[in-house]
Amino acid sequence: MTELETQAAISDEIAAIGKAYDAAGAVETQPRTDYPPYRSSLLRHPTKDLHHADPEGVELWAPCFGERDIDPLEADLTIQHGGDPVGERMVVTGRVLDGDGRPVRRQLVEVWQANAGGRYVHKRDQHPAALDPNFTGVGRCLTDDQGVYRFTTIRPGPYPWRNHRNAWRPAHIHFSLFGTEFTQRMVTQMYFPGDPLFALDPIYQSVVDPVARERLVATYDHDLTQPEWSTGYRWDIVLTGSHRTPLEDA
Amino acid sequence: MTTATPGQTVGPFFHYALPYAGDRDLVAPGTPGAVRLHGTVRDGAGAAVPDALVELWQADPQGRVVQQQGSLRRDGHTFTGFGRASTDRTGEYTFTTLPPGGVDGGLPFFALTVFARGLLNRLFTRAYLPLSGAAPDALLGSVAEDRRPTLLCEPDEHGYRFDVRLMGEGETVFLRYPGH
Repeated sequence: MTELETQAAISDEIAAIGKAYDAAGAVETQPRTDYPPYRSSLLRHPTKDLHHADPEGVELWAPCFGERDIDPLEADLTIQHGGDPVGERMVVTGRVLDGDGRPVRRQLVEVWQANAGGRYVHKRDQHPAALDPNFTGVGRCLTDDQGVYRFTTIRPGPYPWRNHRNAWRPAHIHFSLFGTEFTQRMVTQMYFPGDPLFALDPIYQSVVDPVARERLVATYDHDLTQPEWSTGYRWDIVLTGSHRTPLEDA
Repeated sequence: MTTATPGQTVGPFFHYALPYAGDRDLVAPGTPGAVRLHGTVRDGAGAAVPDALVELWQADPQGRVVQQQGSLRRDGHTFTGFGRASTDRTGEYTFTTLPPGGVDGGLPFFALTVFARGLLNRLFTRAYLPLSGAAPDALLGSVAEDRRPTLLCEPDEHGYRFDVRLMGEGETVFLRYPGH
């Protein structure tokens, strides 16, 4: 690509896809892998329908992670260096549930994110914002017996990318999740309520259903906020693909 | 029934977060019986994908599903059945592992998950060990014959090759499990 397209051109594409989705009337709950406004997806999505498979053998099980794998301190992204990181300290917590609403217990949750200035500790991040010597932006934890994960971190900033001219990602935290079986493995991103960049962002908008998109947005929770210390956000995650017979209704 | 949270791309910046020391070595290289499972991840133009991540989950050689901790901090002795390998500049991923046995009489396969920048949701597939005359199982039998080879490992000098084609000519058969 020689010249980057404008935000207006990308926004028009996003709007056209949304309009066609509304007209079609079928409900989608996952992102489209074929979503041209996200230019990096153009050559990286299957063109054939996914092939139906009944899970068998190892697919009915998930890898087992535990106390041997993770230090409890890895859940606090603000204490990994000599000093306090710059930015809004916050707690992010929620439950990991399976497709039937049951807690996913003692399972691995991994997160990574940009710092408060929107800069990743990654050699390929060219954003000319300051690195924070006190913030790496990587955390891990195990869910507890109620399926609850909890991280202490700082609020990431939005950052520019080169999908199109003046493209900015809404602030987000990457989440990597395992369920009780292999088929539930997923990676996603958590966003913050009311972000003005939502409408402009082709990755967020690749989930074409507005109700489904909302499932990626955390809720500010004042009861989680701690006086003179940190803000609090709550975000529950429901995994796909439980092999168990789905409940009729709930 | 609760509706699943949408997936999103792993993005370009996972390398400082998801890879870890020993991630691709389910057993130490040189372990008796160890094999290499490797391959190249390619895009719709046939170009190597240098920013993909492949995860492996498998039974042990006796066909047992392992439920042992220690995948993230390997002790050098416990086989956990899980591994993770980011692709290099040439799009190649590599695992050092043991060949899986068939579980409950099924054909032996490696279960794989593929993530990449540009890929908006993870993809699942199976890398079956070479059939060596065995009859296709239900899944292989349900795949058109011309696409079946995309699910089969090819034997090579050190173990197996399994290339992943995200799109286009020779596109890998990716799986949708019930509930997806």
